[in-house]
Amino acid sequence: MESSQAVYEALKEVGINFIVSLPCVNLGKVMELVECDPEIIHVPVTREEEGFGICAGAYLGGKKPAILMQNSGLGNSVNVLASLYELYHLPILMVMSHRGTEGEFMNAQVPMGKATPRVLEALEIPYYNPKTPEDAFEVIKNAWNQAQSNGTPVGILLDISYW
Amino acid sequence: MERIEAIKTIVESLKIELVICNIGFPSRELYQVKDSSTNFYMLGSMGMASSIGLGLAMAQKRKVVVFDGDGSVLMNLGSLVTIYNQKPENLILVVLDNECYGSTGSQCTYASTVDLSKVADAVGFQEKFFFSDDIDFQPVLNAEGPVFVHVKVKPGNADVPVIPMKPDEIKERFIKEVQEK
Repeated sequence: MESSQAVYEALKEVGINFIVSLPCVNLGKVMELVECDPEIIHVPVTREEEGFGICAGAYLGGKKPAILMQNSGLGNSVNVLASLYELYHLPILMVMSHRGTEGEFMNAQVPMGKATPRVLEALEIPYYNPKTPEDAFEVIKNAWNQAQSNGTPVGILLDISYW
Repeated sequence: MERIEAIKTIVESLKIELVICNIGFPSRELYQVKDSSTNFYMLGSMGMASSIGLGLAMAQKRKVVVFDGDGSVLMNLGSLVTIYNQKPENLILVVLDNECYGSTGSQCTYASTVDLSKVADAVGFQEKFFFSDDIDFQPVLNAEGPVFVHVKVKPGNADVPVIPMKPDEIKERFIKEVQEK
């Protein structure tokens, strides 16, 4: 299975039908697949925090939401994750390209890359770090079920080496 | 006009529309004026009202009215750009503009020097309304969204208690209202 295809197929498998996104070079192909899918409402947003707000509204309206983002956007979203998602127990699947991991060519990505797992831990957001497309397919499917049954965001961190 | 009067006048003209209400005193005032299963009260995440409203409007067919504020719109100005581009026909964004952060002690916002109607205009909103004295909300409800409604209100909060509902109660009642009708 190809890496981007695996992410997309898993989102489809669990019925994710509302996706907001901000681009990352590594997520480009997933975003194209999502954009071309008539069963998924795709909303490009201006900032990750805004995307989380939109997904919360979509969930209240009956959709199954996910966000495609770079891990840097986690820093833009800490308050909404705590005082909207945790407070009201709302689910969302967070598919994050994890920059600043092994193989990173830009030093500037390293600080937020290092902070990312600890920010998720501070927010008590469960997260997974699949290493292969086969692994990602299974993990993403289970992650949505976990998000929905527990009313929580669940993170998927996709390292540089994943792609 | 006091903000609570503006909220009262607007909700009196609503029937089955869904309402997303901003954090702080606006939600408390709405709860006091007219609690309803069609109301979602925000208790946190300042700035997110218009975004929650956009997601809700795109996810289902009923009309959505968002009560936002000047301070919170300024915190998430990008949302106006996204709303304009997504063009939800069933979304009405009401900005209750008192030119201050009312829930934290009425510190000034930049809405006293920047006209939020002009901002909406520059973004491209076709349907815009401005009220400062009386509100006639029926034309707003008849307009095709997205609609931007700018309401100038006096600073200050009504003397109203906190909302006695728990976050889960607010959510579950609202989801039931949205998804079972």
